[in-house]
Amino acid sequence: MNDPHIGFVVAAYAAAALVLIGMVVAVFADYRIQQKALRRLEGRGEEDAR
Amino acid sequence: MPNLANPTAFLAFVRRVLPWLGAAAAACFALGLWLALFVAPPDYQQGQTAKIMYLHVPAAWMAMFVYAVMAASALGTLVWRHPLADAAQKAAAPLGAGFTFICLVTGSLWGKPMWGTYWVWDARLTSVLVLFILYLGLIALWRAMDEPGRAARAAAILTLVGAVNIPIIKFSVDWWNTLHQPASVFRLGGPAIAPSLLWPLIVMAVAFMLLFAALHLMAIRNEILRRRVARLTMVAATRRDALAPALAAEARP
Repeated sequence: MNDPHIGFVVAAYAAAALVLIGMVVAVFADYRIQQKALRRLEGRGEEDAR
Repeated sequence: MPNLANPTAFLAFVRRVLPWLGAAAAACFALGLWLALFVAPPDYQQGQTAKIMYLHVPAAWMAMFVYAVMAASALGTLVWRHPLADAAQKAAAPLGAGFTFICLVTGSLWGKPMWGTYWVWDARLTSVLVLFILYLGLIALWRAMDEPGRAARAAAILTLVGAVNIPIIKFSVDWWNTLHQPASVFRLGGPAIAPSLLWPLIVMAVAFMLLFAALHLMAIRNEILRRRVARLTMVAATRRDALAPALAAEARP
């Protein structure tokens, strides 16, 4: 790994990892937000029905 | 096979399939990265820089594949009025933008040591940049329109118009003079790349595909939940409006 351009390889893998992990985190975070909102609204619906 | 047009059946299907897809994607990434970084030999001309190929090429394939999925979903929205087609299209756009961004960044980082420049305005690079802008435009279009049905139809039309860019990307290296090399895997006469370099590339491509499948299913599930939240919010607002006169009377001294 004593290639003079190894820095470009490391930067490419780091950038790709950042974007892929970002995509996974964004999808999971959105799921949590929607589930929380749904639980809140369903709870309110039950309260209104009482 | 469950009826996937039914959102409830779709959610159950996602719950069942997702752990397997996630595990398969993780295993393929682990195997692909091990093959790419520790087993595949350096290229005789490019040295270790050729290892960028194992990210750049699968990301480029996914950038085009995700757009093809969106174009098929756009047809589903406009022609067959499939209830989940617009959710599938909307969910795919940020993922396609992510893969296209990886393709552009890794290509640029590969271009500097090999071509002596990060960027040239040639047909292949420019058409991929247009694809990235198309993805961003579609995401912005969905966010700009309040009424989901109208946004879905407008986005479907724009997606189908933009689909003309996909064959331009694919054949740009044949139609115009470019710094970019021509196709070396999907070509008449078979791959022009040595098996020791090809297999890690194939495993990484499968890993990218499995990751997209898992994230796309999750993102469609998020869209279904978002619609339920919007519907329940409207129901709650309507119920509160109906109760308002009684509540106001109660509140009066």
